[in-house]
Amino acid sequence: MHRFLRAYPTESKLLAVLLILCAGLSIASPDFLTLVNFTSLLNNNAVNVIWAVGLLVVLIAGGIDISFAVAASVVQYLCVYALVAIGGGNWAIGFLFAGGFGLALGLINAFLIHQFRIISIVVTISTFNAFFGLLMFFSSGRFLYNLPSWWSNRVILWEYQTANGTWAELILPVLVMAICMAATWILIRRTTTGRQLYAFGDNPEGARRAGIPIGLMQAIAFGWCGMMAGIGGLMQAHITKEVIPNALVGRELEVLAAVVLGGARLGGGRGSVLGCFLGVLLVAITQNGLNLLGVSPYAFKMVVGIIILLAISTSNLDPAKWFAKGGKV
Amino acid sequence: MPADAPPVDALRFSGIAKIFGGVKALDDVSFTVGAGEVHCLAGENGCGKSTLIKIVTGVYQPEPGARMQIFGQDYAQISPTQARKAGIAVIWQDLALFAEMTVAENIAFETMLGNRPRGVSYSRLRTAAASALARLDVDLDLDARLGDLPIAQRQIVAIARALVSDARLIFMDEPTASLTQSETDALLSVVRTLSARGVAVVFVSHRLAEVLEISSRVTVLRDGKLVGVYPTEGMTQSRLTELMTGSSFAQDVMARDPTGSDVLRVDDLSRAGEYEGVSFTLRGGEVLGLTGLIGAGRTELCHTLFGMTPADRGRISLNGRELNLSSNRDAVAEGIAYVSEDRLALGLIQPQSISDNTVLAVLRRITGGVGLLSGQKQEATVAHWMAELAVKIGKPADAVSTLSGGNQQRVVLAKWLATQPKVLLLDCPTVGVDVGARAGIFRIVRQLAEKGLAILLVSDEVPEVYMNADRVLHMAGGRIVAEWDPRRTGLSEMEAAVYA
Repeated sequence: MHRFLRAYPTESKLLAVLLILCAGLSIASPDFLTLVNFTSLLNNNAVNVIWAVGLLVVLIAGGIDISFAVAASVVQYLCVYALVAIGGGNWAIGFLFAGGFGLALGLINAFLIHQFRIISIVVTISTFNAFFGLLMFFSSGRFLYNLPSWWSNRVILWEYQTANGTWAELILPVLVMAICMAATWILIRRTTTGRQLYAFGDNPEGARRAGIPIGLMQAIAFGWCGMMAGIGGLMQAHITKEVIPNALVGRELEVLAAVVLGGARLGGGRGSVLGCFLGVLLVAITQNGLNLLGVSPYAFKMVVGIIILLAISTSNLDPAKWFAKGGKV
Repeated sequence: MPADAPPVDALRFSGIAKIFGGVKALDDVSFTVGAGEVHCLAGENGCGKSTLIKIVTGVYQPEPGARMQIFGQDYAQISPTQARKAGIAVIWQDLALFAEMTVAENIAFETMLGNRPRGVSYSRLRTAAASALARLDVDLDLDARLGDLPIAQRQIVAIARALVSDARLIFMDEPTASLTQSETDALLSVVRTLSARGVAVVFVSHRLAEVLEISSRVTVLRDGKLVGVYPTEGMTQSRLTELMTGSSFAQDVMARDPTGSDVLRVDDLSRAGEYEGVSFTLRGGEVLGLTGLIGAGRTELCHTLFGMTPADRGRISLNGRELNLSSNRDAVAEGIAYVSEDRLALGLIQPQSISDNTVLAVLRRITGGVGLLSGQKQEATVAHWMAELAVKIGKPADAVSTLSGGNQQRVVLAKWLATQPKVLLLDCPTVGVDVGARAGIFRIVRQLAEKGLAILLVSDEVPEVYMNADRVLHMAGGRIVAEWDPRRTGLSEMEAAVYA
C-alpha cells in the first residue's frame, strides 16, 4: 500500500478524489450508481482512453502530439476507401488498416521532429493543419455512410436486463480499450524499450550519453500514438456508424487534459496507464454527474477547467509523505 | 599500495596534445594511473583537465603522435564505446541521471540498453543495483525516486552505476563541489573502498585538502602543459597551489586601502535557513571579497541585497539611507547591480543579440520622445560599453551565444554597468572562464573600483578573492566567521580555514 502510494502519488490522489466524487454523486442522484450508467460511461469513454494511452507514450518521451485526433479522422476516411476497394474486408483487416495508417501518420511526425530537430508541438500543430486541410479538401466535407456492415453493426460483448427493464451492455470498444491499455502497459513498464522512453523523456542528454538511439525513441513514441489514434478512429466510427470529417477536431485537447490530469508530465519521464484511465474517468464522471444533477451542459467545460487547474496546482502534495509521517508518529 | 599490486597500469598515456582553433589546450602531456590507485588531477580552471578527461574517454581525439595504453592494451584511437568496454567510466559533474526513475533503475540502467526490446526484470534490476551498492558499503532505498535524493546520494548512485558496468577506472569530475563536509567524508570513504577493491579512481577537485587526503599521487597541469607528477606524501597545500598557479602567477595582491566613504551598510541581516546575523560595510572604490563553500549562504545573501528575497531581520542601507527593497526593480532603481552566478541560464538571453542583451536592464532609459525604443540611443549605449570593456565582438547584432565565455561575462557586466550602479554584486564571475580571460575581467573590476564603484566579489575560489579583493570576508554556515586583509593573511591560511 505504502509502496503504491509512493510509486504512484498522482494516481493515488486521483483515485481518492474519484471515489469521493462517486460517493457524493450516489447520494445526490439515484441514477448515478446504477449498472446502466456505469456501462454506458465505459462505452462512451473507451475511445478517449485508447487515445489517451497513445498520447501517454509521447508525453513520457518528452514530446506532445496535437495532431492525433485529426489523424484518426484521416484514418477513418482512408479505411473506408481502402476497405471498399478490397471488397469490404473484416475486423482483422480493419484493425490492420486502421493501425497501419495511424502508424504511418505518426511516423511522419517522428520523421519531421527528428530529421529537422523541430520541437514536437510545432510539428504536430503543422501536421494537425495539414492533415485536416487535406481531409476537408479531398472529402469536400462529405459524410460517409457506406461503412461495411461488420464495421457499423454494433458488437455487444455482454448484456443484462436490469430489474426496471432497461439494458446494461458492454460493446466492442471497451474490450479494445482494455487490450490497448494492457499493450501500452507492457510496452512502457515491462520492456527495455519502454524504460528507454522514460529515460529519454526525463533527461535527453543523459539518455544520449548512455547510448540510447534518439531517432528510434521518437519513432516508437509517435508511431505508437498514431497507431492508437487509428484504432480509436476505427472504434469511433463503429459507435457512430458514419464518418464525419470534422467530428473529432478538438478532442485532442480533451484527451491531453485527461492524460495530464492522470499524472503525465509535459516535460517527459512521468506518467502511467492507470493514471490515463483515471484521468479520462474523472472528466467523464464529472460531466455525467453534472448532467444527472440537471446542470446546464454549457457549464461542463468550465467545471472541467477548474478541476484541471485544481489538480495541477495541488500536484506537488505527496500523499506518501503524509502516510510516512503518520506511520512514524 | 598493497604488496601484491597488479603490474599493469590502468592508464599509460604520453605525447598527448590537443589544438582548438590554433590554441594548444594540451601540449605533450603524459598521464599514468596505476591499477587501484587514487590519483588526483589538479590545475586551475582552463588548464586542460577536462580536455584530458575527454581524450581518455574518447570524446575528443588527440593530435597525431599520442601513445595510449589502457590496462596494458595499445590503442591507436579510442571511441567512447571502446573506452567504456575497456572499463573506463566518467562521472560528469552534471551526473546524467534520470530524476523521475527509481534509484535501482538509475544504477542498473546499463541492463536496459540495447536496440532489441527485451522484457524488464525488476527483480534482476534490483539485485544488480543492490550488489553495486553493497560493493560501496552504502545503503540506499532502491525504490526512492532519484529526484527526491540529496545531491550527495545522487553522487553515490552515479558511482554505483559505473560499477554495474564493471568499470575498473572511474573519473570523478569535481564530485565534492556541492557537498557538505560530512557528505564529502562519506564520498571519500567510498573512494577508498573502491580503491581497496582494485578500482582506480581519478579525482578532480579544487579542494586541495581533500586532494591531499585521498590520493596517493597528483598530476599537476598548468596552461595545457604537464607540470609534474608528485606523491602526495609530504606535499603541502601551499606547495600544490604554487605548482598549479606557477611562479608567473605569483603577482602581488591587489589589496589597498579604499578612500571612499561607506556606500553599502548591512546590519544583522538574517533569513531563516539561509544566513544569520550578517553585518558588514562596503566603501566606495572598495573590492570586498566574500568567500566560503557552496551552500554557505553567499548567493542567498546576494539575492537579498538585490531585492529578490526579503530578509527576516536586519537592515540594508545605501549612503546612510535605509533601503526597503521589495523587488529587484527597486534594487536597480537604487543603484545596485547583480551579475549572477549562473551566467548562461540567468544572466544572458543566449539566442538574442549582444546589443539587445546589453540594454535589457536599461530599456526605460533608451526610449525616444513618445516612449518607443530609440535605435540610436541603443546603438550609442552598446558602442560605449563594448569599447569601455574591450569586448571582442563581430557585430552588435550577433547572438550572444556566439561569444566565448570571457566575452559573454563582459556583456553581462556591460548590461549592469549601463544601469549606472553604485554597488556591483559579482557572484562567481569567472566560472567557466579561462585563465587569460579571468585576468582581463579582474582588470576591469579593478578599474571600476578606481572609478568609485563599491564592489562585492563573491567566489568559492579563495585565490581569486585573495588576489583581487581589498578585504576578504569568510562565510560559513550562513554566518560571517572571519575578516582578513590579504596583505597580512596568507593564501594558505585562508584556504585552510575555508576548506577545513
